[in-house]
Amino acid sequence: MSFRIGVVTFPGSLDDRDAARAVEMAGATAVPLFHASDDLKEVQAVVLPGGFSYGDYLRCGAIARFAPIMNSIVTAAEHGFPVLGICNGFQVLCESHLLPGALTRNSNLHFLCRDQKLKIENTNTFWTNGFTKDQEITIPLKNGEGSFQCDDETLNMLESEGRVIARYLDFDPNGSRNLIAGISNERGNVVGLMPHPEHAIETLTGPSTDGLTFFTSVLHQLVGR
Amino acid sequence: MATIIVEVMLKPEILDPQGQAVASALPRLGFTFAKSVRQGKRFEITMDGDPTPAELAEIEKAAETLLSNPVIETYVVKVIK
Repeated sequence: MSFRIGVVTFPGSLDDRDAARAVEMAGATAVPLFHASDDLKEVQAVVLPGGFSYGDYLRCGAIARFAPIMNSIVTAAEHGFPVLGICNGFQVLCESHLLPGALTRNSNLHFLCRDQKLKIENTNTFWTNGFTKDQEITIPLKNGEGSFQCDDETLNMLESEGRVIARYLDFDPNGSRNLIAGISNERGNVVGLMPHPEHAIETLTGPSTDGLTFFTSVLHQLVGR
Repeated sequence: MATIIVEVMLKPEILDPQGQAVASALPRLGFTFAKSVRQGKRFEITMDGDPTPAELAEIEKAAETLLSNPVIETYVVKVIK
């Protein structure tokens, strides 16, 4: 029996199908979850996909945070349930306070869409354990509000606890503090990432297959339990 | 009927590229007075009658949880009668 990984669809989600496809290619069963229900359908992990939930009105992710499904996810995540937030999903995780900081407008104001090189710095999280430390990967980055911001105290905490999971390499796309592309919570079960691993799982359509490792990592974690 | 104004601004230490873009557009139009520009949001909320202290506390709570993100923003609540 394969593991069940939920992919949440909010109004305005765009990358839920690609995320579900990545889950399936990693060898798990993708289970569609709907924002208006609080039913997690017995999934063992959840992906919050990219897109523009609720039109990005108010602030990115601010309204999605209060969707019924998020109540269930926040409660479960606080008890170690694995959650990966990609792009808009990362913004939702910050608005939910499952992750510290916030994502703000790219410093150059442009919506970016490019293949971005990253360095994976923390390979102990539920979603990055399949990488080797300091591995360089290339996956797409596409967003208008990807600049990771937080106060100095939070930044020092993230750095000293090794909770920066990925950093932008060679190019500063958005003005994120310390070139942060992704972070995790203390336990490592919740990970937020601005670039899109679900778009880099096949060479036909992506710049690499590096993204698949995020999805196989969580399966490895679940097997090890 | 009262109108509640909630003004939300990015904290001073948070980069505001939108404000910077406005600041750089002003001199192009011949407006040379601006040293800097910060851009924020303003919410106008109407309600029947004047807010009670309990309702004002509710408004503060809404401003803190939904209308602003305390990680990057501050807010001010004003009541116009």
